[in-house]
Amino acid sequence: MADIRKTAWRQAIVAKKAHRTAEQMAQSQREISVSEFFAKNRHLLGFDNPRKALLTTIKEAVDNSLDACEEGGILPEILVEIEQLEEDRFRVAIEDNDPGIVKAQIPNIFGKLLYGSKFHSRRQSRGQQGIGISAAGLYGQMTVGKGPRIWSKTKRGKMHAFEMQMDLTKNKALITKDEEHASWHRKHGTRFEIDIEASYQRGLRSVDDYIKQTAVANPHAEIRYRAPGMEEPRVYERAIKAVPDLPDEIKPHPYGVELGELMKMLRNTNSRWLSGFLQEEFCRVGPKVAKEIIKAAKLGERSYPSRIARDEANNLFRAIQNTKISSPPTNCLSPIGEDRIREGLMKECDADFYAVSTRPPSVYRGNPFQIEVGIAWGKPGVDQLEVDEKGRIAKKKKKRTIDTEDLLGNADEPVRVLRFANRVPLLFQQSGCGFTKAVTQTSWKNYGLSQSKGALPIGSAVILIHMASVWVPFTSEAKEAIAPYPEILKEVKLALQEAGRKLGSHIRKGKKVASEFQKRSYIEKYLPHVGIGLQEILGISNEEREEIVETLRDTMETTRKI
Amino acid sequence: MAAKKKVTKKKATVRKKKAQKRVVGPTEKKGKKNLKAVALSSIEEVAKDVYQDARKGRLPNMTMPQRNLANVTYDPKLGYFELKGNMKTRTLDVNSVKTFAQTLRLMSLAQDMVGDDDFATKREAYYVSKNWGEAKFNEQRESDTVLDDIEGMFSVKDITREILRFVPEEHGGSVVGALTVIDRDPETGEAIRSDCSAMGSGAYTIPSAVDHLGFETTAEFVLAIETGGMFQRLNHHRYWRTANCILIEMGGVPTRATRRFVRRLAEGLKLPVYAFVDCDPYGICNIYRTLKVGSGQAAHVNKTFCVPTAKYLGVTPQDILDFGLEDATHPLQPVDIKRAKDALKNDPFFQSYPKWKSALKQMLKMGVRAEQQAFAKWGLNFVIEEYLPAKLKQAKKFLP
Repeated sequence: MADIRKTAWRQAIVAKKAHRTAEQMAQSQREISVSEFFAKNRHLLGFDNPRKALLTTIKEAVDNSLDACEEGGILPEILVEIEQLEEDRFRVAIEDNDPGIVKAQIPNIFGKLLYGSKFHSRRQSRGQQGIGISAAGLYGQMTVGKGPRIWSKTKRGKMHAFEMQMDLTKNKALITKDEEHASWHRKHGTRFEIDIEASYQRGLRSVDDYIKQTAVANPHAEIRYRAPGMEEPRVYERAIKAVPDLPDEIKPHPYGVELGELMKMLRNTNSRWLSGFLQEEFCRVGPKVAKEIIKAAKLGERSYPSRIARDEANNLFRAIQNTKISSPPTNCLSPIGEDRIREGLMKECDADFYAVSTRPPSVYRGNPFQIEVGIAWGKPGVDQLEVDEKGRIAKKKKKRTIDTEDLLGNADEPVRVLRFANRVPLLFQQSGCGFTKAVTQTSWKNYGLSQSKGALPIGSAVILIHMASVWVPFTSEAKEAIAPYPEILKEVKLALQEAGRKLGSHIRKGKKVASEFQKRSYIEKYLPHVGIGLQEILGISNEEREEIVETLRDTMETTRKI
Repeated sequence: MAAKKKVTKKKATVRKKKAQKRVVGPTEKKGKKNLKAVALSSIEEVAKDVYQDARKGRLPNMTMPQRNLANVTYDPKLGYFELKGNMKTRTLDVNSVKTFAQTLRLMSLAQDMVGDDDFATKREAYYVSKNWGEAKFNEQRESDTVLDDIEGMFSVKDITREILRFVPEEHGGSVVGALTVIDRDPETGEAIRSDCSAMGSGAYTIPSAVDHLGFETTAEFVLAIETGGMFQRLNHHRYWRTANCILIEMGGVPTRATRRFVRRLAEGLKLPVYAFVDCDPYGICNIYRTLKVGSGQAAHVNKTFCVPTAKYLGVTPQDILDFGLEDATHPLQPVDIKRAKDALKNDPFFQSYPKWKSALKQMLKMGVRAEQQAFAKWGLNFVIEEYLPAKLKQAKKFLP
């Protein structure tokens, strides 16, 4: 009986599933809001698990803070706080001294996905799409039920404190509370606070790691950081007191535009002639180049851009690819700079040796980019030696203790690769990243590190790689790895080789010193016995013995050359 | 050559007088205090030089002769391998500092031992170093090398390892015959007389240091024998009594003590020394050559540790033919051939004597070797009854 009933039921279900009319289907077809989409696909944005969600939330907020401060010409002071509310619930707050956000924009910026100033501009910045911080708010609201809270004050305006709820269907933030305060503890700045379901852990790819790496790549920022279990906030001091130059905004380069985008641009342009369109909308296109492109596309200079968008866009696209156009200008790039990389590494990573190299700007698919590399090598106080002016060799003293976690691994471990895109540390998907590929494809044996084929080199070293670009080619929206474009790989390898050569000559010198030190340890070991022998035979006093051993040691050490 | 004639003449007179008694006291006696003082002052001198150099901010060094066959010459008039004078200088640096320290510390040990009239075997010296912490020797080979270096350094002053009170582990060979050895009790200093003709079926054993010994003898010559087997046969049948001689068992290449012992019999008692060894390159080029002129390795001590007057009784390659031993031989092994060829090419001793050159060439040509005991082919005592008497009748024809 039961079986028969079950089967009937099943058949009914199948029938219902299988046979739907177009009308029925239309009923369930409706627009999906961006917020809704990301609520269902949060892993795409880096909220795959509680641990990563905490990191992503902080990362997005800190990125925004740094961008906003630099844009306002302010030396960033950033406070990051993580407070544990329940076992799996945390309150995350990021506060900065940015110029503040005007009241009207606050709900948009923090509550609406894909809202921002950066997506449409061709300028180097940390954020790109304008989804990160709102996604964090969204995530908090979905997991804990509370929307984000924002405090913001501009230099002249009042401080506004908001609480909001996100409307998932309308991609909109509903302000639930709006208070105005006359004063705040900062003259200007913004504080973003959200409760989220998360988990806090230390170690690799943790929030701690992220903050530390951010401090390395941004030596001009002061970061205070307090995580659960810390009595006092950890302070990452500022090492350089100058805001990086604000990069210029550039128009797209013709080579970097895909067909779809070209069609969109043709449709939306204000130019009435094709020639004008090309010169107006792109960089590096003058009358001569425009003429060449148009000729190659077999179009007229006076053709209407919107007509072309419909019929001949593909010809135009091909013509662009086949015309020689000079590289885009590079004033849109703001590399960290050799000095700053060195300062950043020195400040957060006490090493025996630092090598830095910056490549000249280059271009991939019409996007200018620039690669920088920094290497920190050798743990002081472990087995590093130094030679004094008299030619004596001694174990190198540790310069200072850095109370934060040590970036340098042991000499028998693979090197650590710190990857940065526009000064933002990339913590995940190391193996799938073009930077890592460039490191493993570089022959480190030439530079004094051991390396198995196709693997990371072994050594107590940190390799920092930074790419500055108006458009960083991430492999996913979570911005975790760089796509291995051949142009980028080549530049990274060249930069690695340049810094590697410096490292190699240092290591070789160090090896010489080490073998000399080993030899000289024989002096330490056996010279006292020469003294004892002389004392026994000649019957000299203990003082005379010690004196003669000391004199001999000096003579022996200073007669040796390194 | 003059010495040789002299010996022969004297031997002739001895024969006439029959059983003339000869006596010699310890060589040490006359120079004992002297050598001890020289040893002590030499040690101090080396240390002082090191000390002074060090104080002046210079790297101290020690100089010693190179010890190898390339650094020796042979002058038949002198009778032994002599150093050419190639020196090696060991300067104190990181590579030599350990050896340098060990050299000084062993010299200090020698200083103590000479002062206290004690001694250390080479093995004991090695163990003494175990108390030196880092500077200890890891193997006896290392301490032996340093001892050889020290001896080389002092050889210019005729100071031997034995005078520095380092004695070898192995004792000397065995002795029987018409010889009385006068030793003394190390504790009481009382004289102890050992009559080597009253050893029954045993033998007197040569001690590791022999310079304090005195001798009395009525024998006419010394027969230095390679193998224990032949020595036993000759002793058993009291050959030393019939031939009125002293028998020495060398047991392969003679030790320093044995060489010194035979040297003292030859020099002090003016006795001729005849070597009786296997007819093969090892017997000739190693055993006999070392007995007579010393070795390249220990060239710095050859002066006192060899027997320049020794003569080669046999077995010679010609003996193989003369005594019908052709079918009691063994073919020369590659190592034998190499050794003989090396001797012809590099050894200054064999190069000095055409007779030896032709004897070695003859052996190489025959391609065979014969052992002492091969005479057993003609009867166990053929060697006593026929071979030795026949050879001794023509002592002038012995190979040099």
